[in-house]
Amino acid sequence: MQSVSEALTASRRAPLLSALGVVTISFSLFAFGLFGLVAINIRKALDQVSERVEVRAFLSDSADIEGVAAAMKDIGEFPEVNRVDYVSKEQALERARKEMGEFADVFEAGVLPASIEVHLRADQRSPSVVKAVADRIKTYHFVDDVRYGEEWVEKLYRMRNIATVAGIALGIAFAAVAVIIIGATIRMTVLARAKEISIMRLVGATDMFIRLPFLLDGLVKGVLGGLLALLLVWIANRAVNEYFIQTIFFDREMIFVGVLGGALMGVLGSLVSVGRHLRRI
Amino acid sequence: MIRLTEVAKEYPRSGVALAHVSFQVRKGEFVFLTGPSGSGKTTILKLLYMDDRPTQGEVWINGVSSNNATRREITHLRRRVGIVFQDFRLLEDRTAEANVRFALEVTGVPKAAIRPKVARVLTQVGLASKAMNFPRELSGGEQQRVAIARALINDPFVLIADEPTGNLDERATRSVFQLLRDINASGTAVIMATHDLDLVRRSNYRTIELNHGRVVFDSAESPASARPLDEPFEFHDTPSSTETI
Repeated sequence: MQSVSEALTASRRAPLLSALGVVTISFSLFAFGLFGLVAINIRKALDQVSERVEVRAFLSDSADIEGVAAAMKDIGEFPEVNRVDYVSKEQALERARKEMGEFADVFEAGVLPASIEVHLRADQRSPSVVKAVADRIKTYHFVDDVRYGEEWVEKLYRMRNIATVAGIALGIAFAAVAVIIIGATIRMTVLARAKEISIMRLVGATDMFIRLPFLLDGLVKGVLGGLLALLLVWIANRAVNEYFIQTIFFDREMIFVGVLGGALMGVLGSLVSVGRHLRRI
Repeated sequence: MIRLTEVAKEYPRSGVALAHVSFQVRKGEFVFLTGPSGSGKTTILKLLYMDDRPTQGEVWINGVSSNNATRREITHLRRRVGIVFQDFRLLEDRTAEANVRFALEVTGVPKAAIRPKVARVLTQVGLASKAMNFPRELSGGEQQRVAIARALINDPFVLIADEPTGNLDERATRSVFQLLRDINASGTAVIMATHDLDLVRRSNYRTIELNHGRVVFDSAESPASARPLDEPFEFHDTPSSTETI
């Protein structure tokens, strides 16, 4: 097809400009990718911590097994609740001994009460939800006391909120910078071929015909830039893993979306740049 | 075929470029547009190929009106209009042949039809032997011939030439002008802006003279004896009664 060969001809004629375009795009996507990597790792760390958000109800010694079992079934059906575990006196003692090895012999059977541990669903760990669940559990007559680390839950929740808001704001900023840089890069190719475009218009080429090679050019640069950025982020991630801390990398879907995003930015950048240029001539 | 009716063009910064311009060009006619620099010659040509639209009045060309032409109509109009400039406007990184071919390729003409057409047009302008030369390897006159070949490739009904000999020496001027006459003789209308009064005087074609954006003389309207071209660059100052049609 003519447009394809035009696009290829263009990059063959100005290989340096094309390479520069790909590198520029990849660097702006690299910055965006690094940010994304930090964001998903913070998210993961916070998720891991919030796994430990649980409501623990200590049972009175007089609690009858059937009553407790029925209550556990009830609680397990709360919409907020993921899982309910029973911890008997013996298990509590076992656990305490394990966690505080030095004082292992201080504990004796019967000192620690039996309890039920209520694990909440991942999206139901906000302080208000945790408190509501705790309050409901407190109403069972055989429950002596309920604990859920009120202050800690609140702090964690606030951190998550800050991380989310900061993540979105920074993400938008990085994406905007990437779009602007990609737009400017493609604008350079458009300007480099301004004479060609004006002659095309003079001899009666349609706008679509003029646009198509640039769209292809933008698409190819976007994909190549995206792949290069991916490689850079991967190397950076490997280095961090090697020398600092364990981090997770993007999963397959994220990679796909990322490269697709690069391609889309390339196409959109071209569309805007060529469109603006065509409107003026 | 081409009709300008009470055309005025004003630019936001530079002010009035054209006022009360009216004339017609018939099929196959050869018309000189003359007048000093800044008199509006280029503006009229731009209005003809609809690179710009008049502020007032109407430009009507081959069924397309400046009042309501869509971008698409303009695109298709340009395929039937050949345009030539003083500065040739060739792509430096392509051969003469590729420059001519370009005009067909970008309008979606199938490849098989392109080659013979390009060969024919290059022969017509006398450049068949230099088809594979790049513009920098050609003289000014030869470059203008390539540009004319490009303008002719779509079999235009009119060739619009803006100072086509402005950058050429006398010999090249004469041969390019002769080429334009030949093209006209084969039926294509030619509208040529020039301030080379020698050329105008030596031929007997219709002449429209502009000054300060107005038509001050149109030989189609006046007897031949009234032609103002005895002295070079002595243009009429007062608008004559040329509001035609």
